[in-house]
Amino acid sequence: MKSAVVVFPGSNRERDMIATLEKISGQRPVSVWHADSELPKVDLIVIPGGFSYGDYLRSGAIAARAPIMAAIAREAERGVAVLGVCNGFQILCEAGLLPGVLMRNAGLRFICKEVELRVETTASVFTSGYAKGQVIRSPVAHGDGNYRADDETLARLKGEDRIAFRYVGNPNGSIDDIAGILSEKRNILGMMPHPENLIEPLNGGTDGRPLFESALKAVA
Amino acid sequence: MKARVTVTLKNGVLDPQGKAIEGALGALGFAGVGGVRQGKVFDIEIAGTDADKAKADLEAMAAKLLANTVIENYRVEIVG
Repeated sequence: MKSAVVVFPGSNRERDMIATLEKISGQRPVSVWHADSELPKVDLIVIPGGFSYGDYLRSGAIAARAPIMAAIAREAERGVAVLGVCNGFQILCEAGLLPGVLMRNAGLRFICKEVELRVETTASVFTSGYAKGQVIRSPVAHGDGNYRADDETLARLKGEDRIAFRYVGNPNGSIDDIAGILSEKRNILGMMPHPENLIEPLNGGTDGRPLFESALKAVA
Repeated sequence: MKARVTVTLKNGVLDPQGKAIEGALGALGFAGVGGVRQGKVFDIEIAGTDADKAKADLEAMAAKLLANTVIENYRVEIVG
């Protein structure tokens, strides 16, 4: 599986993501700088976590208007898998590639801990390696993870089976306990938790592994 | 020309920061604060003298970047 990790000024989880992708796919991902306007031909594009542009204006708002985003939108339209984790999720929402917005955590505190997630759909390249209803562990580390969408959008997400993960014990106030959502074509996943940080026993568990393995299997 | 774009949260959108500020105002002894909503103000310097064109440009700036219209409203004014 060929993959690309997009790096913005202020990204800080790209090394974890690169290490995970390399371990699981056996191929080192290409790092792509935000100011580039072309992407190499890859099977998976990942926008990692961090604080792009220092969260200025709104989390992900400036990064979402970077030159590389038009290329990501083009590739996503062609059906290439796109994963946005944490700040990556915020960027995908700000860019309009996913609906809704991530606001300040309801409790106003930055949350850095392990949470439990329930897998709500297996119908995507990212979630087909899990069982529907399976509860998995995942670290979270964010200040702006409070997912919001209007009633109409929320109804669509539910009706189209596009809620990928829900929190078991909502840490941040997200509407309907939403931790991750899929795009209409189901090839874009945005999620606040960090599956890339739980892929081998040394991390304390392997619950994040199936997400990357199923993406790998989908392109094999 | 000087312009001002004011971005405010839409009604019904939770504003935990506004709530915290409201609590702090109460703690300072200001009674009767019925609610606080936090917003943003952008003072923007625009070249040219065509106020209508500037306003149209500012509307586009607000819609495309300054506000996230999922949760925020905006207001554009030419102030001088």
